[in-house]
Amino acid sequence: MIVALIPGVPLLLGLIGLLLPPGDGERRRPAATLGIVGAAAALLVTLGLLLFAHKPVEASTHWVTLGSVELTFGFSAGMAALYVALAVAVVALCVQIYSVAYLHDDPRYAPYAAQVSLFTGAMLLVVTSSDLIGTLIGWEVMGACSYLLIGHDRRLPEAPAAAVKAFLVTRVGDVGFLLGVALLIVDAGTSRIAALLAHDYSTGTLTAALLLILAGVAGKSAQFPLHTWLPDAMAGPTPISALIHAATMVAAGVYLVFRLYPLFDRSPAALAVLGVMAAVTILLGALSATAQDDLKRVLAWSTVSQIGYMTGALAVGSPAAALFHLLTHAAFKALLFLAAGAVIHAVGTNYLSRMGGLREHMPVTFWSFAVGLGALAGVPPLAGFWSKENVLTAAAHATEGGETAPVWVAWVVWLAALLAVLITAWYATRLLLCAFFGISRAHGPDGPDWEIGFDDARYTAPATPHDPPGAMRWPILLLAVPAALLGLAAYAPGFRTALELDDPHLDVAIVLPLVLLAAGAGAAWWLWRAVPGVDPAEALGPARHVFANGFHLDTLQDRAVVRPVRALAKVVTATDERVVDAAVEGTGTGTTGAGEVLAMAHRVPLPTAAVAVLAGALLLGAVAVWFGGVA
Amino acid sequence: MTIYQVALVAVVLLPAVGAGVVAVFPARLDRAARITGTAFAAVTLLPIILLPFARQAGWTAYTASPGALRPWTEVDVSWVPALHLDFHLGVDGVSYPLVALTGLLTVLCAAYSLKGPGRALIALLLVLEAGIAGTFLSFDLILFFLFFEVVLLPMYAVIAGWGGDDRRRAARKFVLYTLFGSVFLLLGVVTVAVSAGTADLRELTGGAGLDRTTQYAAFTLLAIAFAVKAPLWPLHTWLPDAHTQAPTVGSVILAGVLLKMGTYGLIRVAVGVTPQGAEKAAPVLGILAAAAIVAGSLICLRQTELKRLIAYSSVGHMGFVLLGIATLTTTGLQAALIGNVAHGLITGLLFFLAGAIKDRAHTGELADLGGLRETAPRLAGVLGFAAIASLGLPGLAGFWGEAFAVVAAIQRGGGLWTTLAVLAAIGGALTAAYFLRLLRRVTHGPAAAPVSPVIAGREWLAWAPLAALILAVGLAPALVTGALP
Repeated sequence: MIVALIPGVPLLLGLIGLLLPPGDGERRRPAATLGIVGAAAALLVTLGLLLFAHKPVEASTHWVTLGSVELTFGFSAGMAALYVALAVAVVALCVQIYSVAYLHDDPRYAPYAAQVSLFTGAMLLVVTSSDLIGTLIGWEVMGACSYLLIGHDRRLPEAPAAAVKAFLVTRVGDVGFLLGVALLIVDAGTSRIAALLAHDYSTGTLTAALLLILAGVAGKSAQFPLHTWLPDAMAGPTPISALIHAATMVAAGVYLVFRLYPLFDRSPAALAVLGVMAAVTILLGALSATAQDDLKRVLAWSTVSQIGYMTGALAVGSPAAALFHLLTHAAFKALLFLAAGAVIHAVGTNYLSRMGGLREHMPVTFWSFAVGLGALAGVPPLAGFWSKENVLTAAAHATEGGETAPVWVAWVVWLAALLAVLITAWYATRLLLCAFFGISRAHGPDGPDWEIGFDDARYTAPATPHDPPGAMRWPILLLAVPAALLGLAAYAPGFRTALELDDPHLDVAIVLPLVLLAAGAGAAWWLWRAVPGVDPAEALGPARHVFANGFHLDTLQDRAVVRPVRALAKVVTATDERVVDAAVEGTGTGTTGAGEVLAMAHRVPLPTAAVAVLAGALLLGAVAVWFGGVA
Repeated sequence: MTIYQVALVAVVLLPAVGAGVVAVFPARLDRAARITGTAFAAVTLLPIILLPFARQAGWTAYTASPGALRPWTEVDVSWVPALHLDFHLGVDGVSYPLVALTGLLTVLCAAYSLKGPGRALIALLLVLEAGIAGTFLSFDLILFFLFFEVVLLPMYAVIAGWGGDDRRRAARKFVLYTLFGSVFLLLGVVTVAVSAGTADLRELTGGAGLDRTTQYAAFTLLAIAFAVKAPLWPLHTWLPDAHTQAPTVGSVILAGVLLKMGTYGLIRVAVGVTPQGAEKAAPVLGILAAAAIVAGSLICLRQTELKRLIAYSSVGHMGFVLLGIATLTTTGLQAALIGNVAHGLITGLLFFLAGAIKDRAHTGELADLGGLRETAPRLAGVLGFAAIASLGLPGLAGFWGEAFAVVAAIQRGGGLWTTLAVLAAIGGALTAAYFLRLLRRVTHGPAAAPVSPVIAGREWLAWAPLAALILAVGLAPALVTGALP
């Protein structure tokens, strides 16, 4: 049952942490301890299993039987799952340590640390659960934690709205997820994943169930068209962004498809939808990232795009490449967000237009950022290069046919992924140049303008930016190691067999992406060099506005979903008040009215009453005579 | 008489006696009276705790056919022989969780009322407990009807006596509307009892002795009666008014257990006694349930008052319970039972919290509230927990009933039930929407009304068991369904 400890310890410590009183000073210590111990324990158990377990570990027990559906409370972890759990635990540990310094004067630190623990535990539950209902629990608890953490910052007016949006958009996807899970478990009579994978579904049921599950995946993994919550989620504290983007939440959708891959492998239709979704997402994310002025939004859109690479790899039949990219992405994206936190912490603004010239003052942050962006763009020999290469190779391979997904899907994914290499290199270079090179633009064109209010700490902007304190610096440096070197793990046989990766082979096919990479980075650099200090995004012209607003899909979502639902709610409420309830009230009023009429009839003066009685008698008599006569 | 039979009678008798004792206390001993009443409510928990042990003892005594009632223990005493009326009580896995919920909520409400308005309220709470527990334990239809009606007037008095500004109108609407439902219940009960020649539920369950036409007629009558109580859309409009005006403990009992009499009656009496009628009417019931889920959630999106919003949320949640029942599958019925208990725990907690907020801020208008996490972080934390539980987060109690009502509808298959499952699942997303809107208005944003962050001991006492049980049932739903054969 030792595998149950991986999600169990952080979940339990998180629950205990929620009971701690909020407050400052000494009261933060137990909260920080619980948070760090939870993540560290999960990390140690995972490491122990990775080192000493030689076959997949499993443990399960009967949970509850509901009618004909049997649920098990079980955990299992193969080697691949353990590597994902390792990534989650490492990032979570870094985030917990980093947060101690980042939120050093936030009185609501205690619930924050507890929620991070719960978040981590929920993701680890998704990774290790051997029962689909257990997965669903982790899946949704993550949604709730993301809601709580994104809305954490009290001084950002947009934070509550962003938090609600994150939870609701993913919840809309989860409507599909729940229905898909229901279809799968009703047909199989159990929710044990191993049994579901072995069950023989009819094509119709399988395709319907998988498409429904893909809706949930799109929501959690921020895939088009349910990606809209992720950029707004930047309102959360920066360590939370690192957690959401690198280890939890967005990785969950990819991991779920990986876990259920034997089912997806039987459904070309589901894979085709996944592939198209991936291709659209890759380009949408990359293009939107080019025009953002907010440092964190650039990174957020880049996540959308990179997750697209993972789902693309899944669609073209290479779950191994998807998982490899998930791991390298976890490393470099966590690094980038934590480093971005250090930048924001130092300059007091999110906006690239107010940065510049940070290289000299923050060398550690600069080099970490450079490594992270290099890995993101796929510069050899950094981690992202190897994993992206794997995805591209898989897609190119699938264009020759022989995979479950149709060939045209492979072409679409391959072309989108290649084009995005160019765009990614462009925006990564732009980000690095705007933030760290040139002269400081801290005061903006209109003189001093203090953009404080992003970070949780109430800093006044320091006069000169500086590298962050130790508790923030060490996690960054620690993450820089895998961001740089994890790609070489593809050469390590243990790692390769665990992920079922193909042998790494560098042939002529890598030339094309490298040329595109150089072209993208060179273009950004050339634009910057031509007019120093001016954002290369100016060159995008009128498209800049469209990209900056994410192709206006937020507006579309508002018009197509939010407003109609509100209008419908208005109509239904009005009907409830004016028809349903009015009928009830009307019955009451009507009865009272009828009673009053009758009461009035009993109060008429004597002569009228006498006439009425006589008239009545006459009528009765007449009727009696009439009927008597007839009889 | 075995000890279990004594316990069975004690569950109904103790609160009734307690109510009498509290009522005769003189006014100057008000505090002593309230403590006595609370003690009676607490002592009632003892026989309730004892009852599950009867399960093993009474297990082998019955070899009835499957589907028939198999009580853990029962008491059968002839009461009015001329009317064939028996005092027949029994408990089984369907009724026990609800009885336990009744006992728990009554104690919490009584303890909550130790400080505050008068001893009469506690006496009324005890009468309510006796009536509600009696309803759940009756194994005789006529007795069931009697207990069902006993509950009505004390609840009227609680609302009319301790409610808000518009309490008289709300109380009148509540009592008249539910009396209207009772007429149907009486007709249904009489129809069944006369046609079958007995009112004993053990003999009646399974539809023995009733022909098809009688079953159709009886089911229609019974279903309408229970639909008013549950309440099922569109027979729900008494509920928001009653909840908005009722005092905190009144709302808790009303939402926590009183509504469950409707769903319990539907499972035990309507579906149990007239299965053919239920089979025939299942699609109609399912459609109404799905309509309740969607309409309830949409209406909640437009509510501006805290208690009214929570009241309307009950319409949606009970819609899930009714959907589970309407599928008539084992999965669906079990989901309905868990949903019943979960709703009692969660909405009970929500009404306690709404009461706490209104006591502090002196308003329940969402527009006037805000920033609760700044002014009263603990209160905001518990409210967040309750709201997230209520929107059906997996891992907490609310999930099982709702998700498995959907699973049951999928299981039933076919175009109609699949559509209903989809609608119900969409309703689940809408539920999240209105609870997040509630939290955003109440807990986030700048602090509006000054709210005291101090939480009294009696408040923790009322909240903590409910919160703990929400988590416990969420992790181990077998706590509720484990009692089933």
